[in-house]
Amino acid sequence: MSILDPDKEPAAAGPSNPIPPDPGPSRREGARRTTPKPRRGEKVIEWWMFFCAAISVLTTVGIVTVLLGNSLRFFDEVSVFEFLTGTRWAPLFEPRGFGVLPLIAGTAMIVVISGVIALPMGLAIGLYLSEYASPLQRKIIKPFMEILAGIPTIVYGYFALTFITPLLQKIYAPTEIFNGLSGGIVVGIMILPMVASLSEDALRAVPDTLRQGGYALGASSFHVSLTIVTPAALSGISSAFILALSRAIGETMAVTIAAGATPNLTANPFEGIQTMTAFIVQISKGDTPAGTVEYYTLFAVALLLFLITFAMNVVANRIQRRYREVYDS
Amino acid sequence: MMSLSPAGDAARNKLRKRQALLDRSFRTVCAICTWAGILILFVLIGKILYEGLPNLSWDFLSNFPSRKAEKAGLKAAIAGTAWVISLTALVSIPVGISAAIYLEEYGTKNKLSTFLETNISNLAGVPSIVYGILGLAILVRMFQLGVSVLAGALTLSLLILPIIIVSSREALRAVPPGLRQASYALGASKWYTVSRIVLPSALPGILTGVILSLSRAIGETAPLIIVGAASYIAYTPTGPMDQYTVLPMQIFEWAGRPQDDFRDLAASGIIVLLVALFTMNALAIWLRQHYSTRLRGK
Repeated sequence: MSILDPDKEPAAAGPSNPIPPDPGPSRREGARRTTPKPRRGEKVIEWWMFFCAAISVLTTVGIVTVLLGNSLRFFDEVSVFEFLTGTRWAPLFEPRGFGVLPLIAGTAMIVVISGVIALPMGLAIGLYLSEYASPLQRKIIKPFMEILAGIPTIVYGYFALTFITPLLQKIYAPTEIFNGLSGGIVVGIMILPMVASLSEDALRAVPDTLRQGGYALGASSFHVSLTIVTPAALSGISSAFILALSRAIGETMAVTIAAGATPNLTANPFEGIQTMTAFIVQISKGDTPAGTVEYYTLFAVALLLFLITFAMNVVANRIQRRYREVYDS
Repeated sequence: MMSLSPAGDAARNKLRKRQALLDRSFRTVCAICTWAGILILFVLIGKILYEGLPNLSWDFLSNFPSRKAEKAGLKAAIAGTAWVISLTALVSIPVGISAAIYLEEYGTKNKLSTFLETNISNLAGVPSIVYGILGLAILVRMFQLGVSVLAGALTLSLLILPIIIVSSREALRAVPPGLRQASYALGASKWYTVSRIVLPSALPGILTGVILSLSRAIGETAPLIIVGAASYIAYTPTGPMDQYTVLPMQIFEWAGRPQDDFRDLAASGIIVLLVALFTMNALAIWLRQHYSTRLRGK
């Protein structure tokens, strides 16, 4: 619906620009010619709005500069190799260790546990909502899912610490108060509504003719759901999965409260661990003086976190866009 | 269906029965997953109400935090949240809506705007804690805002801007093109059309998105920890440069203590937080339903 010629936008700063040049032969171009003259000040408003839109770019530039710039100072003291392959993370105590692997392992544990819970369960909910539920059931279920999605992460953290962990300790006594399993479970609950609603959207976008074709060939609804509709929506579903896991990686408060603050290179989910995000919180809460290596670890870890989640989001968006091209045309 | 032999018939029946069973069990599994999700929500709310309701009193809302659980209250946190969210709204609403108008009404089909769009959708996926670090380095240190309500509010504004922009754009897109064309046909200028025709009809949708993003900001903890929201503040902020604490921060502090008394206080704090959230969400839902039916009806 652009009336002003968009390509001319940066050059057309003057107040009077009544008729965009290049009136092509199409009807739309013809409509452009009838656009009235902008009133005084309209260009100023337009530039202000452009500036607002550009703030997002400034934000991105800010994030990258801040993370990169400060991380470089960290990497002056610690080599990238040591950072990425070291197995001891102890930036605050002597003897120090700057190997980030324990934090990555902690994050990975949360991601795996939450994924095992949320991905199949979320897909099942998506299938139920798109393939089986009656309109009334959908009307009841969807708001509950939205509420679940809107609950702050701090609340999930409290729930993990005071409900899930005691429950785990009853089942398996040696479970520590802070443990990866409890954190993983609660993050799984947290990302569940996201997986469910995004997969439902993807499943509902599958044209009904595919389902009808399946039924016409005598397939059961089980087969239609799992061997026709799900594969047809696969790109949307996988994009949903990636986005959800990227959210699990960036999740902070729930894992800080439930999973603990002990960097721990372990695969045992009943022990306390520390994720990358929980470490950032730990440093920020303490009084680490600015300018020290400990302080710059903050940025190095955050850079790693940013790069991982950013890559996942880009991949998810790519997949998503390809899938749109397939079905909307 | 024609059958060739009785034996084939029997086999087909068996297959059909097995398929029906498979169908029913798959459907049941999906249903169980769905209702389990809702059950978890009820367990969570129930647990919080059970632990938190007994402490909820006027004193709890009007006392400052204390080292004694029975005297501790939420006054500083409630005031801090009110300050931070009001400032966040003041900054993010005009900027977000302006950006959305630019992208939807002015800069469409432009390479630059495609770039802006991609950028915004990527920003929406950046973990909130990273925004905290941005706020710490740029706002708190570089711009010397220090640990202040303003620094916190600006950080949260950056965090929710992508959400406001995306939802406002959806609302703008839903305005029928006929309205714009009618306005141009009457000789109105671009900005006149946008400000008097498009914006008013998109407003309910925009407000819904705005309220939902602000309710996200209310619950955010991580970025505010990074930019220095304190956990023990015994006064209410009087200006944008004051130190502050917010509800989730206070809850975090209480939940982290080993004593059960304080953990119960955390639950009471969560009730206050959730009441604020649900009120905002209810308002958003009401706006959406009330105005969308009215627009469609006429």
